[in-house]
Amino acid sequence: MNTTSTSGWETVIGLEVHAELATRTKLFSSARNHFGSEPNTNIDPVSLGLPGSLPVLNRKAVELAIRVGLALHCEIRPSVFARKNYFYPDMPKDFQISQYDQPIDLGGWLELPTGKRIGITRAHLEEDTGKNTHVGGSGRIGGAEYSLIDYNRAGVPLLEIVSEPDIRSADEAKAYVEELRSILVAIGASDGKMEEGSLRVDCNVSVRRPGEPFGTRCEIKNVNSLRSLGRAVEYETRRQIDLIEAGEKIRQETRHWDEQAGRTTAGRSKENSEDYRYFPEPDLVPVVPEAAWIEEIRAALPLLPADRRHRLAAAAGLVHTDQPVIVAVQRGLDGLAIDAIDAGADATRVLTHVEHNLAVDGAELLTGAVLAELVGMEMGGALTATQAKTVLAELVEAARAGAQGDPAAIAKAKGFEAMDDSAIDGAIAEVIAASSDEWERFKVGDAKERGKLTGFFVGRIMKATKGKADGKVVTAKLNALADGG
Amino acid sequence: MTATALSLAGAVRSGERSAREVVQASLDAIAARDGEIHAFNTVTAERALAAADRVDARIAAGEDPGPLAGVPVALKDNLCTRGVATTCSSKILDGWDPPYDATVVSRLAGAGAIVVGKTNLDEFAMGSSTENSAFGPTRNPHDLTRVPGGSSGGSAAAVAAGFVPLSLGSDTGGSIRQPAALCGVVGVKPTYGRVSRYGLVAFASSLDQIGPFAATVADAAACYDAIAGWDRLDSTSITDPLERTSAALGRGVTGLRVGVVAEMTDERMGIAPDVLARTRAAADALASAGATVEEVSVPAAIYGLSAYYLIAPAEASSNLARFDGVRFGLRVDAPTTAEMQRATRTAGFGPEVKRRIMLGTYALSAGYYDAYYGKALKVRRLILRDFEAAYERFDVLLSPTSPTTAFELGTKTNDPLTMYLNDVCTIPSNLVGHPALSVPYGTGSDGLPVGVQVMGPALSESLLFQVAAALEGSLA
Amino acid sequence: MPARISRDDVSHVARLALLELTDDELERYTEQLGAILEHATDVEALDLADVAPLSHPLPVQNVFRDDEPGDALDREEVLGQAPAAESGRFRVPAILGEEP
Ligand SMILES: [Mg+2]
Ligand SMILES: [Zn+2]
Repeated sequence: MNTTSTSGWETVIGLEVHAELATRTKLFSSARNHFGSEPNTNIDPVSLGLPGSLPVLNRKAVELAIRVGLALHCEIRPSVFARKNYFYPDMPKDFQISQYDQPIDLGGWLELPTGKRIGITRAHLEEDTGKNTHVGGSGRIGGAEYSLIDYNRAGVPLLEIVSEPDIRSADEAKAYVEELRSILVAIGASDGKMEEGSLRVDCNVSVRRPGEPFGTRCEIKNVNSLRSLGRAVEYETRRQIDLIEAGEKIRQETRHWDEQAGRTTAGRSKENSEDYRYFPEPDLVPVVPEAAWIEEIRAALPLLPADRRHRLAAAAGLVHTDQPVIVAVQRGLDGLAIDAIDAGADATRVLTHVEHNLAVDGAELLTGAVLAELVGMEMGGALTATQAKTVLAELVEAARAGAQGDPAAIAKAKGFEAMDDSAIDGAIAEVIAASSDEWERFKVGDAKERGKLTGFFVGRIMKATKGKADGKVVTAKLNALADGG
Repeated sequence: MTATALSLAGAVRSGERSAREVVQASLDAIAARDGEIHAFNTVTAERALAAADRVDARIAAGEDPGPLAGVPVALKDNLCTRGVATTCSSKILDGWDPPYDATVVSRLAGAGAIVVGKTNLDEFAMGSSTENSAFGPTRNPHDLTRVPGGSSGGSAAAVAAGFVPLSLGSDTGGSIRQPAALCGVVGVKPTYGRVSRYGLVAFASSLDQIGPFAATVADAAACYDAIAGWDRLDSTSITDPLERTSAALGRGVTGLRVGVVAEMTDERMGIAPDVLARTRAAADALASAGATVEEVSVPAAIYGLSAYYLIAPAEASSNLARFDGVRFGLRVDAPTTAEMQRATRTAGFGPEVKRRIMLGTYALSAGYYDAYYGKALKVRRLILRDFEAAYERFDVLLSPTSPTTAFELGTKTNDPLTMYLNDVCTIPSNLVGHPALSVPYGTGSDGLPVGVQVMGPALSESLLFQVAAALEGSLA
Repeated sequence: MPARISRDDVSHVARLALLELTDDELERYTEQLGAILEHATDVEALDLADVAPLSHPLPVQNVFRDDEPGDALDREEVLGQAPAAESGRFRVPAILGEEP
């Protein structure tokens, strides 16, 4: 592969995300939906597709599908299950029950942190397959001697969420999946664990010159992490541009992401794979959610990440696409920040703490009042930034132990009393006296020289004051002394 | 065994006879004559006697063992029985003992009935003569050179031969009613959804229903009462409250409006003259018992066969995909899974099953769906409309069950289409989901049994038993 | 109605259904399926333009179960019924080709 420039080209991406729904049991039977059980222990006649077994739809799965639909601004529609027929050994009945031409969630959108909206084509319920383990040879599917099948996952409810081809870059693709994931987790629809396969992404990628019609797309499967998603999209973009620029045509095909090799490879073309012979599943009846049920589900929805970004931005006097706002919501600390701001704390200072000092477990247990008190002490000069950070860590510690700490008491216990000016001046005088060479160089030095020596002096003065002096104040005093006499 | 199920249950419940004694008599009858009839694939003698002893113990303890206490029953071998081979008369289920019971099996056990064995059928219930069994055909007890009908031929023959007073079959296009007619017993296809299909190995899911065979209408009603009703394990199971149909038997037919279906009593449809004559006799009997009898046209009914032979194979092609050598039953080894699956299916399925799988696959495949499967579903709607119109004017409809009496073995096996024509009168009820039964009504010119079919709107089982009882009474 | 089913159609359908046919069988099935489909052309006499398909006889909707776990099957009993099993799993020969 050469390294043709991608400039002058636009990547067009649509994503299909399969999310395992957080139910206790499977989509069509009372076998457990649980990751990590001993093989073939979460099974019943339905999960194994035994002759004579029949599916019965899990109400909770439907409720979660509706919840996701509402969170993605979809229309909730009457839906019908169909059979998708193809042979594969991890699919017990050799057909998959899936909502085909009448999905439950139709036409919505999702707002990225950048503010861009990505269209949602549809989301539909379907059943998951079992899991194959390939044994012998390389352990990979190609060279394996034989395979072992565990049907614990067979029949786990999946919601397949299909986006419009509105995504334009690898980063945007990752942002979309991250945002979708946080929505799914926020509404309790999925645990969102990509590493456990709870969220699986297929991406459709094509390239075009801006303004031109869509190019031929390839579907990339086997993308198991955000990192892989970004790499796969970038690789595929470049591959397609190279082909086109070499005068070749893109073939519409399914490709697989090879994480080790860092490239996509064409799938083995399976005979007949395109003829799924869909027809309405005769063992199930239509799902026609009543308006009252939908409204009940809507009323119970929590505030979604995008709404929370807007709300925090408004409270902090910022824009919802500002980084500290995005980060605060990502960490789930937007509520804390708003409480602190409402309690009178400086918004910028609060968000700085959230972004830099509260990326820790237990931060969410703090109350706005305590954070506001701390920020107040800091703003009033009673605590330096460094001291505030230390006190904050203690407050989180206390919160984790089930108590709300008292910032003033912690500061006192740590000996973080504000130093008066004369004490700071005394310490500065002592350090200057003990380092007269450096002081002479500081006095005559240019900005660069002073910059280097500032660290030296501040360090020693902090040591002399046991960290109680404010670094900014000390720096100002040093400069004043050198310049003014 | 010539006693009825109800008289046997009465004797067992009153302590007059033990369940063991009753079950042993059934087993003895099977042992004496099933060699030539081959109604059974499996006889579960030891289990049956153990179950009989449990019933006897309950009676000794003063408990109520249920309305069918000690009654021997036979199950079509496409009903799952825990730990007992369930073959569907196919090689592909070789060695499979299901890990669970069908709902009807649990219900029969709950009513005190005792399973004595599993009966032969056309492989996966696909056929009308029980000749498509991997284990050889069942013979008609009235004439061993003749077929018993099918696909539930074993269950029909088991009752006709007096092996058991009750048996269960499944009916997808007539597979209970047609063998009942050919064997001279009562056979009932309930309303779609009235009897749980859980544990019935599916042929065509939107058409399949389980129902009873019995020598008398009263026994059939009692068996139906025991197995019918809502089941949480079947999404297509009806929740409407159940009426005890046994209570309807003596009501007579005075004032009932009976329609004789013109399209099903037409010699041009291949209905034999002697069968037609018996159907007219039945209509006359109902008229003289006080019913109003008139001819009625159900025009779309004649298209049922065409719709059925696209819809049923389409569903079957999907239902039978799971027989792939991976989890149960036969496996023919091969180096790759796909080759193993292909080899297993090729060796495991018989010719009729393959024919229908291919027909159904074709009807659903890209480019043909609208022309075949889609069109068949529209015809299905038309048939429903025509029946609904007929039921505005009539309470029940009457027709022959089968176009002919039992035919000789081997005479129709080479021409599938001719075989399919056996079901021309029974198929429409499956397509529309309505109940229908076949009740014996004398014999044809060859001395073999003729059955007449009584059809009714959804959930009209009581009415059907009521009319059947009147017909049965008119012969006495 | 589409053209009469051909040998190629039948062999395509057999492939889809994972069935292997000998030449004789292919011949015979082509003829038999042709006759059955031919018979089905009688519905051409009907006007189906405004008729909605009826895929199911039961006019019921919204049948659900509660999200409550039930009993699992016994793994040993189930694997004992399998043609081959190993380490608590069903064993099959090598799987070629990616998942669909
Ligand atoms: Mg997909
Ligand atoms: Zn999917």
